[in-house]
Amino acid sequence: MSEPDPIAVRVEALESVLVERGLLDAKSIDTIIEHYETDVGPLNGARVVAKAWTDDAFRARLLENGTKAVAELGYGGVEGADLRVLENTGEVHNVVVCTLCSCYPWPVLGLPPSWYKSDAYRSRMVAEPRAVLAEMGLDVPAEVQVRVWDSSAEARYMVLPQRPPGTDGWSADQLVPLVTRDSMIGVARALEAADAGR
Amino acid sequence: MPAAESLLDVEGPAAPPRSNGELAFDAPWERRVFGVTMALTERVFSYEDFRQRLIGRVAEAPDRPYWHSWAAALEDALGDACAIDVEALDARHQQFLARPHGHDH
Repeated sequence: MSEPDPIAVRVEALESVLVERGLLDAKSIDTIIEHYETDVGPLNGARVVAKAWTDDAFRARLLENGTKAVAELGYGGVEGADLRVLENTGEVHNVVVCTLCSCYPWPVLGLPPSWYKSDAYRSRMVAEPRAVLAEMGLDVPAEVQVRVWDSSAEARYMVLPQRPPGTDGWSADQLVPLVTRDSMIGVARALEAADAGR
Repeated sequence: MPAAESLLDVEGPAAPPRSNGELAFDAPWERRVFGVTMALTERVFSYEDFRQRLIGRVAEAPDRPYWHSWAAALEDALGDACAIDVEALDARHQQFLARPHGHDH
């Protein structure tokens, strides 16, 4: 065994003191972590997107008031207040960042990926979004405007990616697997129909 | 919130971050400190109070690993709520650090 990491021990000590004080119980922590890791994830967001692709009235409500619209599907909660949904089109590509810390619409997208919290992403996405997107594998055509949205206490953003071509007639359930986490942050497109694997 | 059963078989492109091959947490303690914080949210402090402390800790040392700032912000938020005795915490920390390495817990 290597030397214990002091901060890991610090967190363990903190938890131990809080449990003793009756402010926490270890089981509830496990439940909460599991909740964020499994019950809450990008699948929620993917369902929102797939419904928006197949239900015009829902899409309109989603773009009008994201918080209310995702609540229709049962999603919401601590980090979900003030969810605003940004629609990608042939003219505009939206991408989400949090320059201050790591605001992220957890109830629909789960836990943020590690790069979302990196200094490089947080600072460079604002200054040179096209370059960062290209490095992440997404080339946005010159004629498409890139809009960068900085998350804040007032608003958490989620991108509504464009529906992939060749998916006419697909049901929402069939479309869900095409909606990746990255496409809802705006650093990728939704997967192609051929990638559906079904 | 939909039932967990409907979400557990998550595979493929819509899978959670961890199944995408990218870990949201690089060490177990990071995962733990996240869980502890969320368990305390709305019971001991509001998430917004914690968030403001997190912003402050990230801003004071932008190069510090993210979850280190998170852990510091958690102590700040607990202090704000008079929910922790720092001396007791320091003592427990020292006590745990003094354990033989490789102990089973």
